[in-house]
Amino acid sequence: MRRQVPLIITFFIGALLVISVFIPPMVSLKETFTLYFDIIAVFAFFLGGGNLLRVHLGKLYGKKQDWGFSLVTVAGFAMMLIVGLFKIGNPGGIAASITAEGSLFQKLFEYIMVPLGSTMYALLAFFVASASYRAFRAKNREATILLIGAFIILLGRTPFGMMLTSWIPEQLSILQIPNLAIWIMNGPNLAGQRAIMIGIGLGVVSMSIRILLGIERSYLGEDK
Amino acid sequence: MRNSRVKVNGLFFVLISVFFYSGLSAEEPLIPNPEDTTKICIPRPPTNVLATDAVYDKGNVVNLNWVPSPDDNGDGKILQYQILRRLENDSVFALIDSVIAGTAFYKDETVESGQTYQYMVVAICDGGSGPSEPSPPVTPDMEWLNFALSNIFVIGLLICGSVIYFIGKAKSGRPLFIRKIAGLEAVDEAIGRATEMGRPILYVPGIQDMDDVQTIAGLTILGRVARVVADYDTKIKVPVSRSLVMTASRETLKAAYMAAGRPDAFNENMAQYITDEQFGYVAAVDGMIIRERPATTFFLGAFFAESLILAETGNSIGAIQIGGTANPAQLPFFVAACDFTLIGEELFAASAYLSGEPRQLGSLKGQDVGKALAMIAIVLGAITTTIGQAWNFEFISAIADLLNSLFRTN
Repeated sequence: MRRQVPLIITFFIGALLVISVFIPPMVSLKETFTLYFDIIAVFAFFLGGGNLLRVHLGKLYGKKQDWGFSLVTVAGFAMMLIVGLFKIGNPGGIAASITAEGSLFQKLFEYIMVPLGSTMYALLAFFVASASYRAFRAKNREATILLIGAFIILLGRTPFGMMLTSWIPEQLSILQIPNLAIWIMNGPNLAGQRAIMIGIGLGVVSMSIRILLGIERSYLGEDK
Repeated sequence: MRNSRVKVNGLFFVLISVFFYSGLSAEEPLIPNPEDTTKICIPRPPTNVLATDAVYDKGNVVNLNWVPSPDDNGDGKILQYQILRRLENDSVFALIDSVIAGTAFYKDETVESGQTYQYMVVAICDGGSGPSEPSPPVTPDMEWLNFALSNIFVIGLLICGSVIYFIGKAKSGRPLFIRKIAGLEAVDEAIGRATEMGRPILYVPGIQDMDDVQTIAGLTILGRVARVVADYDTKIKVPVSRSLVMTASRETLKAAYMAAGRPDAFNENMAQYITDEQFGYVAAVDGMIIRERPATTFFLGAFFAESLILAETGNSIGAIQIGGTANPAQLPFFVAACDFTLIGEELFAASAYLSGEPRQLGSLKGQDVGKALAMIAIVLGAITTTIGQAWNFEFISAIADLLNSLFRTN
């Protein structure tokens, strides 16, 4: 029974949502079920928060390795929770929104969370450089083609690319580096991306059918 | 005498010039107010206001079209159009919305099916307005079937039917050929490596919630991976960014450990919630990778900007990495930074492939019908479009248009 009920619900709701696409009065069902999902997710947040505290408080009590990180995590969690819940430092008091202009919660978010997030995001620039260096080494034929393609696109996106090939006559303008870059992006690159997209679409259909028919059930934790 | 005539003529010329250069021509409806020196603008109204019931909806949409006021020529005289509506039996029009000048279309999504409405569009300028004639009455109706999507319905039916057909065929025990997927062939080797090195395995099922099919695909693969991990008695860590994913991951891990006959080795904290915040999650997982130095990392699910940060950090510690996502923009990053990458559909095929179960493998075979259909349509479309445009064959162009409309969704 524990296995059957979720599978029946999955099949019924899944089939209903697929059919609703073709029946105008039922189109809004998708939004309704998304709302239900959000409600369930809110309750699940308590589980997530509870797990976070349990793991890190356990590390703190046991003074396990790297417990300092756990201290920062628990302190940050507690601070945001208390400030948000009791609306400490909120200009409008308890009745105003926690995201109101000038509220402590908003300030903590704006001056701590956002810069920290931006810092992590900024690391991407360095990681792109190191990954590109490895990817563009001409180890074999495919990698060499990739290197040449990347080189043309890099040059084509800079004024230097135009400067290098501006002498090419109008009749052969396709050979100008910026035009070559545009052709690579709109031709081979787009074709490849679309092929991947078609594959993804078919993969989603196939997987959805496996889930709806109950053939794929390991995500329910009942794979026996 | 002659001088005075010249003066009069000159004065007349100046007055005419002032009249024309002041912007007041005989054609313009801007009338000077006799009591005030300021001008009142009375724009000419919009015409041909036509309200039509939108097709294939639940009767809650009316489309409104009109010909803009002749004064709406982009010089800023017309500020906006006000949309007024009344029920057929009402005497007064009520304002429902306004749109900027230059617009000739409005979609009213606040109507009720079965009621009859009339509309009026009013051109507004500084200090004056020009109302149109009321539109003919319109009664929005609900349609029960969206025939505009009938092509999608037929194609969907064909693909779903072929998947179900091959699942049934696979059940009969007929062997199916499935090509080898290098990334999945390497799963056992990657887990074995971690076991030999005595280091943990890190499994990241993406950063989206359970309503994303990529997360479900990631968790189904986790089930297969965890069973091997349990057999090898290796450590596995599953940091997640959503509470529901944590719960589902735990259930998946628990089931895998039980199936492997090692329920005692299962620990709830194997699946650990970090945070919903994208870069907070990245920072925590990067920290785990640097501190715990897993021998193997799996990045299988929905990834965005964090894909390269995670994969490059894993690469920096020399972990064997298997990445996979259905987000085409992130695939190049995984290809560059991971040892094996599951590209798009391979992510969804992975659990079926790893299970080796005939019914699941049959579904992969059914997908091939969809691919064949796509290939035929692409080749035919390319040929007919090229011939039709190069030689101007109307019949061939018509076939190209038909093919195009078959796969169009709007």
